[in-house]
Amino acid sequence: MRQWIAAVLILIGLVMPALAVRPDEVLGDPELEARARVISAELRCLVCQNQSIDDSDADLARDLRLIVRERLTAGDSNTAVLDYVVARYGEFVLLKPRFSARTALLWGAPLLILFAGGLVLVFSRRTTHAASPDLSAEEQSRLDAILRDR
Amino acid sequence: MVEIGHFALVLALALSLVQSIVPIVGSRANDPRLMAVARPVALATFAFISIAFLVLTWAYVVSDFSVRNVWENSHSLKPMLFKVTGTWGNHEGSMLLWVLILSLFSALVAVFSRNLPDALRANALAVQGWIASAFLAFILATSNPFTRLVPAPFEGQDLNPILQDIGLAVHPPMLYLGYVGFSVSFSFAIAALIDGRIDAAWARWVRPWTLVAWIFLTGGIAMGSYWAYYELGWGGFWFWDPVENASFMPWLAGTALLHSALVMEKRSALKIWTVLLSILTFSLSLLGTFLVRSGVLTSVHAFATDPTRGVFILAILTLFVGGSLALFAFRAPSLTAGGIFQPISREGALVLNNLFLTTAAATVLIGTLYPLLVEALSADKISVGAPFFNLTFGPLMIPLLALVPFGPLLAWKRGDLYAAAQRLAWALGGAILATMIVMIFVDRTMLFAALGIGLAVWLVLGAITDIALRSGIGKVSFAAMGRRFIGLPRSAHGTAIAHLGLGVALLGIVATTAFQSEHITTMKPGDTAEIAGRSLRFDRLTPFKGPNYTEDQAFFTWIADGRELATLTSAKRLYPSRGMPTTEAGILTRGFSQAYVALGDPTDDGGIVVRIWWKPFVTMIWLGPVLMMIGGTLSISDRRFRIGAPARRRPSAMPQPAE
Repeated sequence: MRQWIAAVLILIGLVMPALAVRPDEVLGDPELEARARVISAELRCLVCQNQSIDDSDADLARDLRLIVRERLTAGDSNTAVLDYVVARYGEFVLLKPRFSARTALLWGAPLLILFAGGLVLVFSRRTTHAASPDLSAEEQSRLDAILRDR
Repeated sequence: MVEIGHFALVLALALSLVQSIVPIVGSRANDPRLMAVARPVALATFAFISIAFLVLTWAYVVSDFSVRNVWENSHSLKPMLFKVTGTWGNHEGSMLLWVLILSLFSALVAVFSRNLPDALRANALAVQGWIASAFLAFILATSNPFTRLVPAPFEGQDLNPILQDIGLAVHPPMLYLGYVGFSVSFSFAIAALIDGRIDAAWARWVRPWTLVAWIFLTGGIAMGSYWAYYELGWGGFWFWDPVENASFMPWLAGTALLHSALVMEKRSALKIWTVLLSILTFSLSLLGTFLVRSGVLTSVHAFATDPTRGVFILAILTLFVGGSLALFAFRAPSLTAGGIFQPISREGALVLNNLFLTTAAATVLIGTLYPLLVEALSADKISVGAPFFNLTFGPLMIPLLALVPFGPLLAWKRGDLYAAAQRLAWALGGAILATMIVMIFVDRTMLFAALGIGLAVWLVLGAITDIALRSGIGKVSFAAMGRRFIGLPRSAHGTAIAHLGLGVALLGIVATTAFQSEHITTMKPGDTAEIAGRSLRFDRLTPFKGPNYTEDQAFFTWIADGRELATLTSAKRLYPSRGMPTTEAGILTRGFSQAYVALGDPTDDGGIVVRIWWKPFVTMIWLGPVLMMIGGTLSISDRRFRIGAPARRRPSAMPQPAE
């Protein structure tokens, strides 16, 4: 049953005309509102497919947006707000996963690959160089002979 | 009638099996008669798959609801255009389109490969046959579009409304032409590995095919992005959605392949890497097909509930990726390395390009698959979304983009970085000037946005510098420069225009992301909203009835400098047969910028929620890819591809001199 509800919610999240943030949600203080938007873009709408709560029109996303604004108005810092949401909804809610043992490979991958690629380049260059030294005296004389023939 | 299509599809599978086996046996046995089988069979397979596809299209056109696929995805009242495009707006139909395009490419290879060595052609067509056989078997076994329904229902269930759009009509075929187009370079790579021989001529044969695929993939991605922009109604143009990533990864690898094939063609270097990249690019295309078609993206568990299709494609994927990589590992050591070059050279720049592009592709790959990996290995779920990709992909692109203008200015083999930098001085000056203008006149707080604009200007001016230098600026008279400009090889124009397009796209992305303004408000008829120094007046709301939908249309007037400049219409649409509402955003283009208006819910006091954006230079995001496509097309039309590849050099017993 729960799976069915989730499936229906996903469909609704996908097809609702997406008008995420509604006028009555917007905070009076533009600075706080800007922070709320930044945080919202990092939080996943839990019933949608790969949508942030900032983009989603689903009710659950609206609830989360209101929670974020509530916490900001109460004076929380951005990290404190994220902590608050993660404590209730788990890591899954973060679109940018936190660095931990489990996500180390994810975050490290770009640099690791770039570094490994660079190493391969350096080494392959060394080997090609080692494999093709200057022409030996014999090769040089053969080359000269060929060039003379032309 | 429908059974003809079904029968044609089965025949196509039989023919593909012939195409898979006979030519390769011929090439092993060195029997020209067996090898000659490949071409007619490839053409016949294409003909039969075309028949199957036309039959399915016909079933959609006449709304034959006795076919399950038509019943599930069509409706008698649907406009004719969407009846036709609905053929590929569903799983079964889109897989049929996939193999149709695959067989089209095989047929094209068969027709345009007269000057290829017999064995290479026979092997390449056989590999195309393997892919076609696998996917035809997949369609017939798990996704048959010709299944009948008894008794036939009177009315269909209609196509998902957000897919009833002209963007969808063109987007999947273009994307598939790109995805599947890379099968040609894959097949040639496998053929070369089977043959155990590979040289610069190979790269010259493969490059036009890679370019064709790349052009279509570029177009397909750009079109998908524009479709999401105007149809989904929240004004974004790229969401790092796994489905988008699935098409973006082959694009990144394919772009790398284009550049490495260039090195191989001109300098006979990077052979092994180019072959590997051909394999990887098509593997990523296959992976994309698997990700999108298996349902694995929603959740590993959703995949496990109906595994037949997913497991079948996974088997195809494993077979082709694993098999080709194994063959590569087995054969690669026997391939000889090619020309030698200094790190500072055109080759060096292209190697760097490849390093960054493949790292970027790998980053997107890992980011897309990591949540699945975590979910499979532990009970937990994590999300990897847009903020992650922006943070990792962005920094990888910055050095790559900054180096682009240097590449074409460096000489092959041994380049002079200092001289290239000197020639680019005015481009750098322009970029710094642009950065300063943005900082001083637009927004002092946005240093990174200003630098982004500067980088875009650097790319644009760098491309112009390249073409101006080739035309002999400063060396010859203006008239002579014009003649030189026209006389340049088309591929030189192609390179410059494609790189220019990259700059244009970056300009659009940075300007839109950093400087767009947004206004969310409730409006009643007669109200005016202010946005980015202009205003928008809400005139009236009227109901409207389309062929298979009803909608509330809101009419707005766009006012700038006190003058009424244009009107725009935004709508909320409802498709009754599926009970689904969609947003039809109102978009007004002024110059390169756009105003974007989306409607929300009505409020109790007779107003309606309206979300308005002003998106500066947003059209450049898609204009850039159009320029890249033009550049690619110019490159294909280059003389060296038209006159055909030269005869293959005899393998010499002596080590190749470095020229």
